Amino acid sequence: MNKPLEVFTNGFIKENPTFGLVLGMCPTLATTTSAINGMSMGLATLFVLVCSNVVISMLRNLIPDKVHIPAYIVVIATFVTMVQLTMQAYLPALYETLGLFIPLIVVNCIVLGRAEAFAAKNGVGLSALDGLGMGFGFTLSLTILGCIRELLGTGCAFGIHIYSDAFGMLLFVLAPGAFIALAYLMALVNKLRK
Amino acid sequence: MVYFLIIISAIFVNNIVFSQFLGICPFLGVSKKIDTAVGMGAAVTFVLTLATIVTYLLQKYVLEAFGIGFLQTILFILVIAALVQMIEIMLKKVSPSLYQALGVFLPLITTNCCILGVAILVGDGTWAAKIPGAEANLLQGTVFAFATAIGFSVALVLFAGIREQLAMAKVPEAMKGTPIALLTAGLLAMAFMGFSGVV
Repeated sequence: MNKPLEVFTNGFIKENPTFGLVLGMCPTLATTTSAINGMSMGLATLFVLVCSNVVISMLRNLIPDKVHIPAYIVVIATFVTMVQLTMQAYLPALYETLGLFIPLIVVNCIVLGRAEAFAAKNGVGLSALDGLGMGFGFTLSLTILGCIRELLGTGCAFGIHIYSDAFGMLLFVLAPGAFIALAYLMALVNKLRK
Repeated sequence: MVYFLIIISAIFVNNIVFSQFLGICPFLGVSKKIDTAVGMGAAVTFVLTLATIVTYLLQKYVLEAFGIGFLQTILFILVIAALVQMIEIMLKKVSPSLYQALGVFLPLITTNCCILGVAILVGDGTWAAKIPGAEANLLQGTVFAFATAIGFSVALVLFAGIREQLAMAKVPEAMKGTPIALLTAGLLAMAFMGFSGVV
């Protein structure tokens, strides 16, 4: 397989942020009350990941080694603020639901982790692809988890009724359901991987 | 009375781990032994309370005073990172024994989302909406932050106790590690749901 493609698909399955690396658990659990919410959170993270990877990769020879972590955090926080303000302006309802977890993308381990492990050592193009792949992998797992929780909890998927919500288990939309759904999903992925 | 409500609400009803989903990474990462769980809990309590006071004052007298609220995320994370570093240096000098106990956990705390999360909640004053009679001022905000950190420690220590027992249990191959830990956390969260409606 050629290198760019390998870098891009790495985040999908092999090093999927949620199921492979087990990073970014807080937004994964908190924002997946529905498929749409999960996907939006994933896309917001995707944007921050790609932008911060590109900028950090461009600056990798300029940033002194001693202050590299604070420097990375400033870059990441800038893009997070951009996402936050854009969402507040154009998607106020979504901003309200995701709430605190938008500014908290700053402390999402995936973003800093990729900056440190990949963008700081590779070129701009590859770093952008890595951010894109990781971001899509994260979005994918959040959407799947959100879909499962929404379906079990309310009988909907992406807001479309599949079966009557009278059979829905409200527990899956609430906090414990997040832990339980993710636990079984992760076990399933582990099983399939073997 | 209102302080009592804040404390009960932050520790049990709106537990930071089980109902707010903040600080899951250290919750899953350092919960294999009760000793380390207690150490992490103490370090988080210390830093969270201090960080909240500092960020609240910055929010009131810098961000709001100059109308630059959009810089909140950047400012808070940098202040927290610097504060953690400072606490580490000061502890090393002032109390080596305490440093020995908490030292290893301090660098981990910067990227712990419960610190930034609570700092933003208290800075914006949105935490007070859930508790009747609470006002978003410095004293009550600090009590809220302290109680939240105690809630985190309670969750962490409870969970570590269960995981110590779990280490001896026979778990199906695919469930080993994170999945079984998450499942346990789910059951604990269900227990904590019993508190909902108390405040």
